[in-house]
Amino acid sequence: MDMRILKCTVNGKPVQVGYDPRESLLDTLRNRLGLTSVKRGCEVGECGACTVLIDGVATDTCLYLTDWAQGRDILTVEGLQAADGTLHPVQQAFIDDFAVQCGFCTPGIIMSAVEIVNTGKTYTRDELRKLLSGHLCRCTGYENIINAAADAIERVNGSGRPKPAPGPVVVPPRPEDVPDGAPLKPELVAGAE
Amino acid sequence: MYDIEYLHQATSVDDAVAALAADPLAQVIAGGTDVLVKLRDGKGAPAHLVSIHGLAGELSGVTLLDDGCVRIGANTVFHSVTTSPVIQERIPVLGEACDTPGGPQLRIAGTIGGNLCNGVTSADSASTCMALGVLLDLVGPEGRRTVPIDEWYAGPGRTVRRRDELLVAIRVPRSHYEGFAGEYIKYGKRNALEIATMGCCCLVRLAEDHDTLADVRLAFGVAGPVPMRSHAAEDGVRGLSVAQAAERVGELALEDTRPRDSWRASKAFRQQLIKEMSRRALMSAARKGGATV
Repeated sequence: MDMRILKCTVNGKPVQVGYDPRESLLDTLRNRLGLTSVKRGCEVGECGACTVLIDGVATDTCLYLTDWAQGRDILTVEGLQAADGTLHPVQQAFIDDFAVQCGFCTPGIIMSAVEIVNTGKTYTRDELRKLLSGHLCRCTGYENIINAAADAIERVNGSGRPKPAPGPVVVPPRPEDVPDGAPLKPELVAGAE
Repeated sequence: MYDIEYLHQATSVDDAVAALAADPLAQVIAGGTDVLVKLRDGKGAPAHLVSIHGLAGELSGVTLLDDGCVRIGANTVFHSVTTSPVIQERIPVLGEACDTPGGPQLRIAGTIGGNLCNGVTSADSASTCMALGVLLDLVGPEGRRTVPIDEWYAGPGRTVRRRDELLVAIRVPRSHYEGFAGEYIKYGKRNALEIATMGCCCLVRLAEDHDTLADVRLAFGVAGPVPMRSHAAEDGVRGLSVAQAAERVGELALEDTRPRDSWRASKAFRQQLIKEMSRRALMSAARKGGATV
C-alpha cells in the first residue's frame, strides 16, 4: 500500500507525517516521531506500556492503527512538562512517592493517571486500582504507583488537605564512603526532608 | 507493523457493505482488539480490512426506542455501554458485564458488536446477551435481516453472520429486560486483563411476594463451544422460592452444559464453577430484585 499522510496534533503541536497504513500508532509515535516514552510492550493490549491519550482518552497504541488517528489530539509523556521545565503534578508525584523502579511501565501509567486527574474528581483507592488495572508493572508491587496517583489527584483536585508527615528515609551509603571490608549498611535518617 | 494488504476506511454503513462485497478477502475491523491481536499472531494474514472504526456516529450509542426496546449500536465500546444512562436505568447487568473485559484501555476500544461477532464462548458480554435474548440487526448486500442470539452462534469462533454482512445494532426488546434483575459473574485468575475461565449470567423476575421466581434466565460463557443458555436449570427452578432454586440450580445447569479441559482450567473445575456460579448469580440477582435471602 502507498504511504499516507497523517495530520494530527501531537503534544500540542500540529504534525504532518508520512506513514505506512500497516503501522500502529505505537510504530508511528516511536519510529517516525521519536516519542520513545511510548513503550513497545506486549503488543496485544495486555500490558498498557504503550498508553497515550487520544482526544484525552487513555488508549493502547499497539492496537490502534495510525490510520485512525487523522485529526486526533495525541498526548504522550513528552508533552507533559511545562515550558519552564516544571514537571506535571503526576510526574512529580511519581518521583516523590518512589513509584518508579525499572521505569518501563511508568510512561503508560502516568498517562492513565493524567487522564484520571483530568476528570477533576477524587477517587477511593479501590477505584484507582481499577482505573489503573490496564497496566502491568513487574517491579513495584503497585503500592507506590497507587500512592502516587492518589497524591497527584489530591494535589490537583483534592481539598488541600496537607499530606501526612513522611516517614524516615533510608539513604544507602555510597561504596566509596565505606572502608574496605566494612558491611554496606544503610543509614537511617530520621524525619528527613 | 501489521501484515495488512488492503485497508479501507468506510465512510458509511453502505460504503462498508460495498467494500466487503467488492473484495472476497475483506473482513471488518471495528475496535481492533480482536482482529489486530490475531493478526499479530499471523492469523488472517495478509489481511484485507474494512475499517468501521470511523463510523462512530452512525453505529454507536445506546438509545431507547419508542416501544421501550433498548438499541445498542454495534460499534458502541464497552465503556460506553457501561456508562450509558439508558443501560444503567434499564439493563444494569449488561453494563456490569461490559465492565469486565480486559482493562480500561481495552474497554474504550473494544466494541460490544465485535465481542458478539468474534463468536468466542468466553466473550464477556455474550452470556448476558444470551440471557437477555437480544436481537442482532445485520446489513448486507441483499438488505437487512435480524437474527435472534439463540440462532447466532454456528460453532467455536463462528457465527451465522456472512462475511459481507455488517452487524449494525443489538436490540433488547422491552419484555426481555423489564422486571428482571440480573447478575453477571466472571471467573478468572485475576481481576483484570483476563479472559473468562467461566462466565455466568442469571436474570430473575420475582413474583409479588419477592420470593417466588416468576421467571429465570441462566446463560454461560465457556460452558461449551459457544455461549449457551441452560433451559434445564431455568425450567427446573421456575416457580420455586429463591432458597429452593439456589439449592437446585447448579446441578440442573450441569445437565445442559458441556465444559471441557483447556489449558486455562480442567473440565472438573469448570463443572464446579458452573454449579457454584449458578447459585451465586441467582442469589445475587434475586437480592437485586428485592428478595431478602
